Amino acid sequence: MYNFEFVKPSTLDEALAALADEDAQPLSGGQTLIPTMKQRLNQPSKLVSLLGIADLVGISDSGGTLSIKGATNHATVARETASSFPGLSGLVAKIGDPAVRNRGTIGGSIANNDPSACYPAAAMACQATIVTNAREIAADDFFQGMFATALDEGEIVTEVRFPIPVASNYQKFEQPASRFPLTGVFVAKYGDRVGVGVTGASNDGVFRWKEAEEALAANFSADAISNLTVPADDMISDLHGSAEYRAHLVKVMTGRAVAAC
Amino acid sequence: MKISMTVNGKTMSGEAEGRTLLSTFLREELGLTGTHIGCDTSQCGACTVHVDGKQVKSCTMFAAEADGAEVATIEGQANADGTLNKVQQAFQDHHGLQCGFCTPGMVMAAVSLLETNAKPSEAEIREHLQGNICRCTGYHNIVKAIMAASGQEVPAVAAE
Amino acid sequence: MPKDGIGASTKRREDIRFLTGTGRYTDDINLAKQLHVHFLRADVAHATINGIDTSAADSMPGVARIFTAKDFDGVGGLPCGWQVTDKHGQPMQEPKHPILAEGKIRHVGEIVAAVVADTVEQARDAAEAIELDLTELPAVIDMKKAVADASVKVHDDLTSNLCYDWGFVEENKAAVEDAFAKAAHVTTLELKNNRLVANPMEPRVAVGDFTAHDGMSTLYTTSQNPHVIRLLMGAFVLGIPEHKLRVVAPDVGGGFGTKIFHYAEEAFCTFAAKQLKRPVKWTSTRSEAFMSDAHGRDHVTKIELALDADNNFTAIRTETYANMGAYLSTFAPSVPTWLHGTLMAGNYRTPVIYVNVKAVFTNTVPVDAYRGAGRPEATYQLERLIDQAARELKVSPVDLRRQNFIKPDQFPYATPVAVEYDTGNYDATLDKALDLADAAGFEARAADSKSRGKLRGFGVANYIEACGIAPSNLVGQLGARAGLYESATVRVNATGGIVVMTGSHSHGQGHETTFPQVIADMIGIGADQVEIVHGDTANTPMGMGTYGSRSLAVGGSAMVRAAEKVINKAKKIAAHIMEASDSDIELKDGQFTVAGTDKSLAWGDVTLAAYVPHNYPLEDLEPGLEETAFYDPSNFTYPAGTYICEVEVDPDTGKIDVLNFTAADDFGNVVNPMIVEGQVHGGVGQGIGQAMLENCAYDEDGQLLSASYMDYAMPRAADLPMITVDHSCQTPCTHNPLGVKGCGEAGAIGSPPALVNAVLDALNRNGHDIAHIDMPLTPSRVWQAMNK
Repeated sequence: MYNFEFVKPSTLDEALAALADEDAQPLSGGQTLIPTMKQRLNQPSKLVSLLGIADLVGISDSGGTLSIKGATNHATVARETASSFPGLSGLVAKIGDPAVRNRGTIGGSIANNDPSACYPAAAMACQATIVTNAREIAADDFFQGMFATALDEGEIVTEVRFPIPVASNYQKFEQPASRFPLTGVFVAKYGDRVGVGVTGASNDGVFRWKEAEEALAANFSADAISNLTVPADDMISDLHGSAEYRAHLVKVMTGRAVAAC
Repeated sequence: MKISMTVNGKTMSGEAEGRTLLSTFLREELGLTGTHIGCDTSQCGACTVHVDGKQVKSCTMFAAEADGAEVATIEGQANADGTLNKVQQAFQDHHGLQCGFCTPGMVMAAVSLLETNAKPSEAEIREHLQGNICRCTGYHNIVKAIMAASGQEVPAVAAE
Repeated sequence: MPKDGIGASTKRREDIRFLTGTGRYTDDINLAKQLHVHFLRADVAHATINGIDTSAADSMPGVARIFTAKDFDGVGGLPCGWQVTDKHGQPMQEPKHPILAEGKIRHVGEIVAAVVADTVEQARDAAEAIELDLTELPAVIDMKKAVADASVKVHDDLTSNLCYDWGFVEENKAAVEDAFAKAAHVTTLELKNNRLVANPMEPRVAVGDFTAHDGMSTLYTTSQNPHVIRLLMGAFVLGIPEHKLRVVAPDVGGGFGTKIFHYAEEAFCTFAAKQLKRPVKWTSTRSEAFMSDAHGRDHVTKIELALDADNNFTAIRTETYANMGAYLSTFAPSVPTWLHGTLMAGNYRTPVIYVNVKAVFTNTVPVDAYRGAGRPEATYQLERLIDQAARELKVSPVDLRRQNFIKPDQFPYATPVAVEYDTGNYDATLDKALDLADAAGFEARAADSKSRGKLRGFGVANYIEACGIAPSNLVGQLGARAGLYESATVRVNATGGIVVMTGSHSHGQGHETTFPQVIADMIGIGADQVEIVHGDTANTPMGMGTYGSRSLAVGGSAMVRAAEKVINKAKKIAAHIMEASDSDIELKDGQFTVAGTDKSLAWGDVTLAAYVPHNYPLEDLEPGLEETAFYDPSNFTYPAGTYICEVEVDPDTGKIDVLNFTAADDFGNVVNPMIVEGQVHGGVGQGIGQAMLENCAYDEDGQLLSASYMDYAMPRAADLPMITVDHSCQTPCTHNPLGVKGCGEAGAIGSPPALVNAVLDALNRNGHDIAHIDMPLTPSRVWQAMNK
């Protein structure tokens, strides 16, 4: 990979100052960034590690909202949310593999918005708030298509706030090679609404299946979506499955998530 | 830049660039070639080591990120008297390795699993090995070795 | 029997170094003043090279030299080790396989330039500064199109994209046509044997070295057969005599066939080290491996079976297109012909068979042997076809197989495809597998699955393979440009310890443990008294290496022959010392005794006498105790067996869950059951991988779609079940001294059809009418087939 300067500040302010340099990039767990850099597809002048910033790590639960700091790794989230938010814990416990979960972070996952990342499905379904050093952004506004987000240059995800649902479940159907979701669906049931977040399937990245949300809000059972169809037009078609197959999986995985709630 | 870390209980240091991966640092700067590189997409797990007690892929972490850390590699796994530790011994007893290339990563992953789950089920072992690829064994004897290392009953080695 | 003799599940001694991180793989070797090479590889499949401008790159930091094809004037191309003669008696078309692309790029990944620099990153930096002037050409990817349309040729100097059109046995063709004309039933299948990438976990590495003081070139390489590399590279590529060339293959992290072949990178590093007078090292990344390691399989076949009114097989006819890729890799032409056509009889009595194979050049990575090599393709076609025939005839696939088996009393059995099976008992392995797989309980399990909304299926496949490759005179007639013997030197030291130098190579098979078991058994000493040396042309006799399940059957036999010579000489020494006749000396449990007396001498006393020949028959015998043997078998060996797979299909997603897998193999005698079972586990793992996960795919422009583990699905622990293995049905090989048949490839041969048959059973017994689904049976393919 191309060489770069490595810095590991201990405060957010220092990190932001370091990121002001041209072509500086934040480094969180690096589980996506480092493989990309090995292929020389990314050429930062400087990598600013966020893992030394104590303020960016931790999980808190207050008044029905679970807040996860940006540099908290997956293993920690899976462990510490097991009782407070089991649906999310279940999602995080299946990201990558144990070694990846010890390094990868929620901030890195959300900020990268890989079309087959797991976290964005939960963020969308729960209508989470993505907090940055500068502002708070609603999930619906944050994710803007494959690898595209509302983040500005040098802006860091410091925290993600999830309203904790009454019940939730994530169903991941793995792509056979990468084991990323070929299609993953997060269903979150609240008192007044249901969220359905879908990852892996669409050319537009993570999305909410709103027809299903409405149907499930009226009748929270797998039967409620049996007459719905997911249009295949915008779905990904590749070596691992056609657009039609992915569209079909969205429905199957949604039904299973509902049944498992 | 100069990087120092405690590797298998000993303080070690060496030179690294920003881009130097922990795996490269271990293999080339410290001469610890037991940690292997089997892919470049962070999937095969042959490079698995422990950093501050946690299982990580040393090819997907910069050496600079491990500055000051406690690192454990395959070279430090044997008992103090040089005998194999219980996981290593179980791998030999149950033929859990063939070509040996994925083995360091498998052992490091297994040791990590048993630290948090003393008696894992077969399914839990297979799940834990999601990020460690073996091409030789069909995983059969690796799974068996890890069950045996955790003190669980397993069928004997091949009928003689 | 000593405790670690033949038949003991002796623990592997090599494990100690592998488990403690002290193995020595090629990438662990770093030589003083070593340079590194980065290969600039083609990112298009087919192009004319108008120019390569290295001027900006030449002066970049750390660059020692940049090589292009013009630097290899006078250097040979990579040789092909097998010539196939086509159905008209003409030799195959054989294009030059240059080390670096000459004038044209013919596949993605082909080396266009090589940058040698102080560090890998510097070499890569400089490679980015090389300017290529290319004219892109349409890519030839689809084999049938490549043959039908010669307007775009992979090689301009050839007449077409057809390497050869092979007919086997050409003289049987009319009889086959006749049998089909008279058949009561004909079953036809068209199927693909998916292209695979071998993916040993250790990527390839080469370190070239040249020492000026003695003029020696040394290559350290990840090879299954260092002597073969020395011969091919020395004699045909670089023109270095063998006494000035040493090839070392130290610990090698898996091979599976793809490390048999002589590769451009090996020749490059050896050549460049001599030019630059400094060691040159190349370590493949996994991404490079996908586009530079020879691929495997990739056959498209139409196969037909003729049956009479009583369901006896009367004829088989096949037409196969076999992908060679852009160039002929070392043994590529032999795979779809002699390693494939000769196995089309399988385990069955089919009177006449005709096999047609069209080998085709395409703009893809060269294709060569991968675990099983030709035999998995033959087995897959046949065992899929029989299942389909049974379905059409509404008979049990097990009964149809059994009815047509070659029966135990019919051995030796000459097939209509030119080989003679020495021994076998196919009913025995079938019965054993059905019993172990609890075939009787299947219907109840299927009902249980149904109650849970799942579709359960049971698939059976038999296999036979020709292993222990093999008789030099036979393979020579078939086009091999090499002998296929094996060698061993047994060196007994003065104090009785033994070193065996073998031409076989271990890259996971455990020779360091199993070969001593055989010697221990012959002499009656502990296996720990025996050391195995392999992998270095400087200290082993000329050997052909390890592939084709040949190590024990051929290499082990050579070792037995050498040990017999040693024992015979030792008996003469013992006879002299004990003043007895040679013929009265017996060796048992490490003691020489004179028959009918109480005289005895220990093994160590005799070996000492051999090297301290004070009381020694110097007039009759030379001092010392060291013998070499070369063993060339009279026939292949024919392992066979029955594999059973039980699956559950999720009808909502098409996902397959492999619930049970049973392998009943006849490997003849077994030296170390633990290692044999491990070989089967691994082979089955790879076979299940081929059947439901692995797929090396190109798009129509020749771009590799599955170019990393992100898109090439490797089997992982959670994909596979525990595997039930049995090797108790033994019909020992009749023509090698150990009675062994070889076990390395069986698992990969028998398992794909068992799995596919099981999935199709699951679908068809649950109301679908699906004749075939091509591998890999990914969830999406199964779902598509169910929802057509």
